[in-house]
Amino acid sequence: MEVFLQTLKDGVAIGSLYALIALGYTMVYGILKFINFAHSDIVVLGAWTSLLIAKAIEKAAGGTPAWLGVPVLLGAMALCALVGFTVERLAYRPLRRAPRLNVLITAIGVSLFLQNLGQQEWMFGTRPRSLPPIVSGNALFSVGSVRINILDVVGIGTALALMAGLEWLVFHTKLGRGMRAVSHNTVTASLMGVPVDRVISVTFIIGSSLAAAGGFLWALKYQQINQPADAGWTLLGLKAFVAAVVGGIGNVRGAMLGGLAIGLLENFGVAYFNPSLADVYVFGVLIVVLLFRPSGILGKAVAEKV
Amino acid sequence: MAFDLTSRARELRPSAAPALARGLTPFALCVAFAVLMQLAVKPAVDAYTARLLLDIGTNIVLAVSLTMVNGFTGQFSMGHAGFLAVGGYVAATVMYYGSLRLWGNAEMAGGMLSSMPIKPQPGRSPFSPGDVLFLCSLVAGGLVSGVFGILVGLPSLRLRGDYLAIVTLGFGEIVRVTIQQTGPVIKDAATARATPWPELFTRVGGSLGFSGPPPYTSLFWAFLAATLTVLVAIRLKRSTFGRAFLSIREDEIASEAMGVNTVRYKVEAFVISAFFAGIAGGLYAHTLGVGLSPQAAGFQKSFDIIIMVVLGGLGSVSGAVIAAVVLTLLPEYLRELSNYRMIVFSLALILMMIFRPQGLLGVRELWDAALWRPIARRFGKGGAG
Repeated sequence: MEVFLQTLKDGVAIGSLYALIALGYTMVYGILKFINFAHSDIVVLGAWTSLLIAKAIEKAAGGTPAWLGVPVLLGAMALCALVGFTVERLAYRPLRRAPRLNVLITAIGVSLFLQNLGQQEWMFGTRPRSLPPIVSGNALFSVGSVRINILDVVGIGTALALMAGLEWLVFHTKLGRGMRAVSHNTVTASLMGVPVDRVISVTFIIGSSLAAAGGFLWALKYQQINQPADAGWTLLGLKAFVAAVVGGIGNVRGAMLGGLAIGLLENFGVAYFNPSLADVYVFGVLIVVLLFRPSGILGKAVAEKV
Repeated sequence: MAFDLTSRARELRPSAAPALARGLTPFALCVAFAVLMQLAVKPAVDAYTARLLLDIGTNIVLAVSLTMVNGFTGQFSMGHAGFLAVGGYVAATVMYYGSLRLWGNAEMAGGMLSSMPIKPQPGRSPFSPGDVLFLCSLVAGGLVSGVFGILVGLPSLRLRGDYLAIVTLGFGEIVRVTIQQTGPVIKDAATARATPWPELFTRVGGSLGFSGPPPYTSLFWAFLAATLTVLVAIRLKRSTFGRAFLSIREDEIASEAMGVNTVRYKVEAFVISAFFAGIAGGLYAHTLGVGLSPQAAGFQKSFDIIIMVVLGGLGSVSGAVIAAVVLTLLPEYLRELSNYRMIVFSLALILMMIFRPQGLLGVRELWDAALWRPIARRFGKGGAG
């Protein structure tokens, strides 16, 4: 029972992170129909910029102020939103009418570019660094013998708050209606007066800022921030993408659900079966879902028109 | 006048011997080229150049084999390194434990075609049993990898485009993690003889890597594999298979409507491609100084191969060869810029997709007249004006 509760907590904590990152994949896929491979590098950028901002504020304030987390999070989100916007503008927009395969290859190119740029010594370098202790790891309360840390509450809370915000944006604003319209049918949406290019830009801005928040929370949770080209980051991105697919790609609520599902699955697999096969479980589930229900849990099957 | 079709057909039928000779000539040329590389080029160049040539040979096999899936068939596989690792580990296991069991040690026992030939002694054959075992291990690696090609090809029946890309990427990762779980290498011959073969395949060093396979890969083997792969790829492209592959790439639904069995051809493309990637894996595993490790299956390696195929031209065999040669040599010449190498490559990839989306040669080959026509026209105009 204790193991169960502990695993449940870990699964929800990591699952909400996957969900946050999966949202960026699913929104871009819903509208442009390609996997934005560079999304995981935006997560990395989010983690590293929050480190640099935190260090800068610490230096200026001469200590670790209690409110440090807020400007760090907002700063990282703003910076990543800018980078996401720029990437879309320069690399993806010229390919709007190109075959999907070309856009996919471009995304891989952008991903490699961001990784290798970040690896340079004058950027982030290749040594792992750690975030200053912004949120204490003290226990807040415990259920049975499972301690719930302030860190867990802050992490899960921030992720949930951001997702609630996105939910409101997508389903209750004019902009959100535009996004859903473009995702449903780009040509018809543009005929109805939806500014497609602007909606796509906004999608990248929102997705990238959520990715930045994901990167910040990841750094907060694991302390150590690995170098930008570390394979662990790509794996994190892939798992988030798997979450998006499992939940139903293109579906915002599906991504949240899928993220939690993948987080729980991975942690229960590790706790109850072989711990070193965590990645295998995730990709195994992906293959099973794609073979038996390719549209995911919440997705609708769409027949290809000729 | 009555026209007897049967006798006319008999008249036209070529006689067996010349036809056989004509059919086998390209294969003989491949062998001859590989022998030439080994016996004429290798003694003439220094060890560093020889090693570069060796890498070029292996990379040509990798790039051309990926071209069959990503280029001809248009199925975007991102797990090619998974096949490389499967083939490499199988070949290394066969070679290493085979040597241990047959000869009691895993030292080099190669003839004149091997990378470090033992001194030719009078009265001894210039070929050695080691070379034979190496050939067997390469083929075994290729075959097992081909079986995995079926496993990966099957999901491609239901998946298109990016989904397939993710599944193949996942396949590579699963291979990598699975290899990491294997046990330590057995060092002495007696234990190796006592252990049954299925268990030996699980004793390949885990995450520490498989050290011990003798470095058999020579210019002969690398270029034999490279030329044969190129030959097969070119003939494949011109055959019924190739036409079917290209039609699937252009429009899957249309080609199915025209009666192409897309399911069969997609799996076949994967199997053929995986076979050659497995051969390349065998070459890679037995290259001097390459430590075979689970990292060989990682997506970084897959990306390297994808870059070659995309820059060369999706669907062009000669383009893939050129890209493999250039991208193997370029880092050596850009050594002082080594930090910026990948930045340059990734920018090249993005710019190529924006300004020349079909890659260097597109689907054409160097010798296709259609490739040169626009260039000739431009120069012709320039001369006239």
